[in-house]
Amino acid sequence: MWEAADTVIPTREEMYAALEERHGVELQKKLNAASVAICGLGGLGSNIAIALARAGVGKLHIMDFDRVDISNLNRQQYFPEQLGQFKSDALHDTLKRIAPYCEIISEQVKLDEENIPTLLAEEDIIVEAFDKPDQKAMLVNCVLGNMPEKYLVSGSGMAGTAPSNMITTKRITKRFYLCGDGVSDVENGMGLVASRVLICAAHQAHAVIRIIAEEFDV
Amino acid sequence: MVKINGELFDKDGKTVAEMLTDMDISGQRVAVELNEEIVPKAKYGETVLKDGDKVEVVRFVGGG
Repeated sequence: MWEAADTVIPTREEMYAALEERHGVELQKKLNAASVAICGLGGLGSNIAIALARAGVGKLHIMDFDRVDISNLNRQQYFPEQLGQFKSDALHDTLKRIAPYCEIISEQVKLDEENIPTLLAEEDIIVEAFDKPDQKAMLVNCVLGNMPEKYLVSGSGMAGTAPSNMITTKRITKRFYLCGDGVSDVENGMGLVASRVLICAAHQAHAVIRIIAEEFDV
Repeated sequence: MVKINGELFDKDGKTVAEMLTDMDISGQRVAVELNEEIVPKAKYGETVLKDGDKVEVVRFVGGG
């Protein structure tokens, strides 16, 4: 078992220097200054959060109401010993192991039209990573309707085993990006397979990285 | 003509609600943008489309 107390980890400066070497000084400066809210910490959100933490995003605000279930382990970034924990707590621990100097704010909360404007007030970029279509629509409508200054990256359509290349990133409007194939619905009896969910999660995470890099085309 | 998701349709004079019904889409799982502005759900019934409008209808499916 990994024990933090017994292990010497690199300093903040050492980790930052390693990121700078990989990403370049300019990009790392932007990544470090960025703040991203991730709404929903399932197959999309947990993988997106890990990608962004590894890239050195300075602040992540992670939110989910649910607990880790055995049915999540086929695609979500949790461990069997975390079953029953709140996803927000479990992922917080994992992110801290990956990126100890990332500022992580985790909240066990169910987002709704009432609390969204307050909960998402701080971050520049918002990631929609829910699983239920009506909840996806609720968040997107709420953010686009009430928070026009935010960038929003949403995911829709990643179930089943259809080809990887059906999954794309579209720029719907100036500040609204949509990833996925748009059609593969879990309600059509298709399961969610790690590889295909990760492709969509990677599209979303990369859309966030490009927004941070001020590269807005798709 | 109204451009919906990049394709032209004869929807001039129809409301957003009527357009969604024509497309057989439930209003609970969509976001509708009209000329780059979100149309609030409460306004679907009163927002009338006109010639030259550009509409994006985003339909959400389950899974995540």
